[in-house]
Amino acid sequence: MESLLNRIKNQRWWDFPGGVHPPSRKDISNQGSIDNIALPELLHVSVKQHIGSEGKIKVEVGQRVLKGEALTHSANPFSVPVHAPTSGTIEAIDVHPSAHPSALPEMAVHIKPDGLGQWIDLKPMQDYQQQNKSKVVEAICKAGISGMGGAGFPTHIKVSPKKDVQFLIINGIECEPYITSDDRLMREYAWQIRQGIDVLQYLLNPKQVLIGIEDNKPEAAEAMRVACRDNEQYQICVVPTKYPAGGEKQLIQTLTGQEVPQNGLPVDIGVIMQNVGTCYAIADAIFSGKPLIQRVVTLTGEQFDAPQNVWAPIGTPISHLLAHAGYQPASTERLIMGGPMMGFALANDHIPVVKTTNCILAPSLSEMPLPPQKQACIRCSACADACPASLLPQQLLWYAKADDHEKAQEYNLFDCIECGACAYVCPSDIPLVHYYRTAKADIRSAQQEKIQADKARERFEARKARLERDQIEREEKHRQAAEARKQAMQADGSDAKAKIAAALARAKAKKAPSEDTSQTADEADNKKQQVADAIARAKAKRAAKQSDATIDKAQDGVSGDELSNADNATKPADAAPADVKKQQVAEAIARAKAKRTAKLAEESASESSEEESTPIAADSAQDDKKQQVAAAIARAKAKREAKLAEQQSAANDKAADNQQTDAEPAGASSADNSEPEYQQKKQRVAAAIAKAKAKKAAQQRAEKPQDGSESEAISEPEATSESLSSETDTPENEQQTAQDKKQRIAAAVAKAKARQQAKKDAQEDNS
Amino acid sequence: MLFVYSLFAIGLLALIFGLILGYAAVRFKVEADPLVDQIDKLLPQTQCGQCGYPGCKPYAEAIANGDDINKCPPGGEATVKNLADLMGVDPKPLDDSHAQEPIKKVAFIREDECIGCTKCIVACPVDAILGAAKHMHTVISDECTGCDLCVDPCPVDCIEMRPVEATAQSWRWDLNSIPVKQVS
Repeated sequence: MESLLNRIKNQRWWDFPGGVHPPSRKDISNQGSIDNIALPELLHVSVKQHIGSEGKIKVEVGQRVLKGEALTHSANPFSVPVHAPTSGTIEAIDVHPSAHPSALPEMAVHIKPDGLGQWIDLKPMQDYQQQNKSKVVEAICKAGISGMGGAGFPTHIKVSPKKDVQFLIINGIECEPYITSDDRLMREYAWQIRQGIDVLQYLLNPKQVLIGIEDNKPEAAEAMRVACRDNEQYQICVVPTKYPAGGEKQLIQTLTGQEVPQNGLPVDIGVIMQNVGTCYAIADAIFSGKPLIQRVVTLTGEQFDAPQNVWAPIGTPISHLLAHAGYQPASTERLIMGGPMMGFALANDHIPVVKTTNCILAPSLSEMPLPPQKQACIRCSACADACPASLLPQQLLWYAKADDHEKAQEYNLFDCIECGACAYVCPSDIPLVHYYRTAKADIRSAQQEKIQADKARERFEARKARLERDQIEREEKHRQAAEARKQAMQADGSDAKAKIAAALARAKAKKAPSEDTSQTADEADNKKQQVADAIARAKAKRAAKQSDATIDKAQDGVSGDELSNADNATKPADAAPADVKKQQVAEAIARAKAKRTAKLAEESASESSEEESTPIAADSAQDDKKQQVAAAIARAKAKREAKLAEQQSAANDKAADNQQTDAEPAGASSADNSEPEYQQKKQRVAAAIAKAKAKKAAQQRAEKPQDGSESEAISEPEATSESLSSETDTPENEQQTAQDKKQRIAAAVAKAKARQQAKKDAQEDNS
Repeated sequence: MLFVYSLFAIGLLALIFGLILGYAAVRFKVEADPLVDQIDKLLPQTQCGQCGYPGCKPYAEAIANGDDINKCPPGGEATVKNLADLMGVDPKPLDDSHAQEPIKKVAFIREDECIGCTKCIVACPVDAILGAAKHMHTVISDECTGCDLCVDPCPVDCIEMRPVEATAQSWRWDLNSIPVKQVS
């Protein structure tokens, strides 16, 4: 460690592999001081100007904002706000072409300056050294500061590292040709940069602060040396000019001899790097409370009459800057944001300045000819020699072209910093970096898709599990219900047995009175009670059954019959009061009626077994049948209606479409069409309803046959109940049982027929 | 005697090595993914059923049982290629009967037309539709796989498939922007 510090003290630097020496051409724009420019007519402040998530817009259209007022806010730690660069009113909040190679529209706040430049209440933090570090970090975040070197990483995250920091490196290298914004900033505002470094020093507490400046900027180095001379910890490091010495990893390697691990961050080896522009912005934020609302932009290239550096408010459209520096459009208009090596061509000049815009380059054809036709790779390996990351560019090109993402990643594609050194040296003029960028984007999107696919699989499986669980639960419920029914039925059976015993007892008793008259009174009382009991039981049972599902009703009728059969047995011996008799009579009548209707139903079933309806041998069955018939009719009607409606709606739709196409061109000219529009809406609603009906009808048609068979399947337990209750038959009512049996057989035959019919129907429907 | 010794020595060695090997086989057992899971991992998990199976997993099972690998339109050629690599067969072009590789779309419910019937919620294989009976439904577009299965059940046809808009994050550097000139 000590030798490392000594070596740094002695200004003996390391070297990074590769690198190129393109003509720097910095003298075009670094002669004059940084100029202030007039405010543009409209500022387009992009909501997202940094890596991370964007904030929520907290201003409204028409609102007046003051200079430095925050336009967005966010609770997300990876988010910094943007601020109004001047006072004015918000014209619109809308999408605007973004400062991105794609120029895809992104959300922006459009501010019309009022020219007053009225500041918000500034809250400087002169005594930052007395403040809590987190307070200072918060102030930096609130000032909207993100890395101004190019990547735009939120600074407040970088200045609150989890690890100890050995070196704070201030990047004033500016290795890319043409760009002089950092150069001019260091020359003119060295003291303020120094103040920013002080703040960073307080926050990070590094062992050493290294300020890296290339040896082609002696004035800047001198200015910084003067500004920093009173602090031993600050060391100006003048390094040899070589592109891309300003790359983060390259500069760390140059100054400390350490390499940032793959997939790692500089802080992993105890290094934090900040751009000089960021330092200036931090000083502004802490010492005067001003948020980041302007930055130095280099306007350079031979197409400018007056190449220079300017203080451009964030959100200034490029066209305004072009006009300021006297831009002469060439025949082949080329505007590049950033430098010639890493910049990207602007799609148009409405694109605004963002926090990472350091240069607008407008080269003439002679100084930067159009890229020549690319030729085949000759495997000269010049690119490998030039690569500062020690990659194998030709292999990467090979795999990028073949879409072999796996292989490309194996060759460390993601360690490529896209510096463009390989493309610069390529004798075949292959735009290598373009291929890498495409491959990187493809790999990223493939990874994204993979993540989404995994998520979808998880959700799909979770859903399947849920459905299965539901199914099992439902089956369990059904099973329990069935068991409960069975138990209830068994209870009935034992009841019936008890009744048989009672009946036998009664029969015996009947014989007895002829012998013993003294017993009759007691016997009669007993019988009365028994009859009353039986009736009560029957009533209770009926009530219970009625509350059951409709299918049980049929069963109810049968067992009710059995019950009354048992009652019949008591009749001969009965000396019960009249009202009980009356009730019995009424019951008998009811029974007879039920029987008759059942018979009728049977007859009609056997007569018209081809009929669609399913007769069941019970009065409730007829009700069911009626209902089913009614439902069928309703369905048929609905279907017909739906068909009609569909036809109509189809016609309507066509008409509506016609109307629409007719109305649309006319709508602009005449206001009369507003009513047809309303009608159209109505029609559309009607059509939607009709469509819904039609769909429902179709579905019902498909579902109904299944329903029918289901209800039949459920009604099958009837037979078992019958067989159970047949145990109750006693010799006394054998005749009735025979009749019952006949009825039941007939009913079963009818049911079977009906089922067959239903199946046929279902088949027909399916076909 | 020497013969017996040598036999004994070799037998002992064989026993020792056998024990070592047996232990290693248990201790360092490599848990290989069953083939179906491996195939399932390659499929795009849209659960769209365009392959004729009710979801990606069933199709994976079908492939494992020898079905064609070219029935997955959402996966496109890339999936076919990956599947071919895995299965050790030649990649085939996408089956004609299975529609062309579509652009990525997500479902969108025109909310003022929704009647709250919950039919689409039942149809969605990944539970990406939010809503309740007689309440408006909406699609969680981040979770939507674009499988198309909710469009048909809608009784009022208020669901449409909209292409996913490109953002600066998902934007792909376009190689076509590199000027290509014909040299006579």
